[in-house]
Amino acid sequence: MPVISSRFLRIWHRNFAVYRKTWKVSFMPPLLEPLLYLAAFGLGMSALVGDVSWRNQSASYIVFIAPALLSVNMMYNSFFETTYGSYVRMYYQKTFDAMMATPLFLEEIITGEIIWGATKSVIASSIMLTIISLFGLIRYPEGLLLIPLSFLAGFAFASIGMYFTAAVRNIDLFNLPIFLFITPMFLFGGTFFPLDTLPGWAQALAWFLPLTHLVEITRAIAIGPLDGFALWNLLYLALFSALFFPLALIKMRKRLIK
Amino acid sequence: MTEPVVQADALRKAFGAFAAVDGISFSVRRGECFGILGPNGAGKTSTIRMIYGFSPLSGGSLHVLGQDVTRRRQLRKVKYRIGVCQQDNNLDPELSILQNLEVFASYFDVPRPEAKARALDLLKFIALENRKDTPIPELSGGLMRRVVLARALINEPDLLILDEPTTGLDPQSRHQIWERLEGLRARGITILLTTHYMEEASRLCDRLIIMDHGKILVEGRPQDLIREHAGRDIIEVSEPGEEIRSFVRDSNLRHDDLGHRLLIYCDARDQLYREVSGRYCRDGCTLRTATLEDVFLKLTGRELRE
Repeated sequence: MPVISSRFLRIWHRNFAVYRKTWKVSFMPPLLEPLLYLAAFGLGMSALVGDVSWRNQSASYIVFIAPALLSVNMMYNSFFETTYGSYVRMYYQKTFDAMMATPLFLEEIITGEIIWGATKSVIASSIMLTIISLFGLIRYPEGLLLIPLSFLAGFAFASIGMYFTAAVRNIDLFNLPIFLFITPMFLFGGTFFPLDTLPGWAQALAWFLPLTHLVEITRAIAIGPLDGFALWNLLYLALFSALFFPLALIKMRKRLIK
Repeated sequence: MTEPVVQADALRKAFGAFAAVDGISFSVRRGECFGILGPNGAGKTSTIRMIYGFSPLSGGSLHVLGQDVTRRRQLRKVKYRIGVCQQDNNLDPELSILQNLEVFASYFDVPRPEAKARALDLLKFIALENRKDTPIPELSGGLMRRVVLARALINEPDLLILDEPTTGLDPQSRHQIWERLEGLRARGITILLTTHYMEEASRLCDRLIIMDHGKILVEGRPQDLIREHAGRDIIEVSEPGEEIRSFVRDSNLRHDDLGHRLLIYCDARDQLYREVSGRYCRDGCTLRTATLEDVFLKLTGRELRE
């Protein structure tokens, strides 16, 4: 693989310049979404569900799902940035073509896009974390670890997203990875109910999903206990990054370099 | 003699079994405007994409500004010193005109204050200095084209590469672009352009090649090519009858019979024209100067391309 110079930061800057133009709109979902979720689950579902047991401790339902909402937010913001966002820049705006006629090489452009996707996860998570923390749903100082975590998780999901961007033939086909990969994780990644309520085979399957591991770490940070198990979860996410980051670069090269 | 700005030798680009560029050799000299002409699918864009490092070569060798573009490190040096105006108006739609130029300057490591100064200069050059904050989607096609041209100049390139710079523009916009390009040429910047507008090529190019099916058909200065392949003048006869056809054949005149039109290539203009128009013209007959378009159609044929 060719050496990637720090020029990828130029792409990050470019995307940040665009983001600053549209930040008023981009700020709203992570600001308002947690409020909607907390209202629906905190006021509505909690009465039905009561307390939930997680790792031999009992937590109110809203405390249980708040970290999951954060994890989903990290996944969505990075994955959607490098799928729909990058695809529009690559295919419709031909932004990558223009960049490739400058000193930048494709690998630097794609790396910049993925790092930007991870950054989107950090921005959205920070906003959401602030809101959730106002309700006392996150313990501190451990909670601060969620910010670097949102970058690492964002990098993993942005790499996966970029791989799909290189692979799909048109923008409508993103429905496929969303339907087969993202939505099942959203529902079965230990988000809305503890994994041990599932049958054994389903639990085993769920542990293959990167979001399951992300939810585990987030919950361990937000509720505790934060132990060695979180390191395994982190390792699993790193594995996904180590796999999909180079795959995304290779696949993109195949798609764009002709 | 100084070394050429572009030196291509037996350059090849293949997509599977199809050879888009089939072993062409040419060189672009410092300070000249060099044109690559050809119908759609002739291999023009494939050729210049290799020159600016977008496409890897399938064969042959290619040196740009003295560097071997197949070596990544040398290609990077080349990329710093060329400006490329692609076919698409691929500006960043969310950013203003000025920001578009500034962001692009950053890709070339131009420091920020310098980038802004250059951008403002270029906006003056394209006569858009009063619209620097205009969002891109509000611009007409012609104005966008001018911004793309300005953007290609932000790194003060030694070689400017233009891929069909005026395709799809109205005549006013096209002339605007041409005037800018003539200004750049006067400053001594080397320009490489592809086009299928013959008027554009005759007006701007010092030398050109006409390509078809990945090969070079001819190379030379526009006026020389016209004289050599089309003569000085052309008599165009509409709806020619059998008499003119046999006259042309019997007098051994160079001609093209297009069915509804007959083109006679000639050098001894007045006498022949008087004879033809006086004796054979039914629907009209014009005498005109031969152009590059005549050369182009003669060499590449008149049938439609995909």
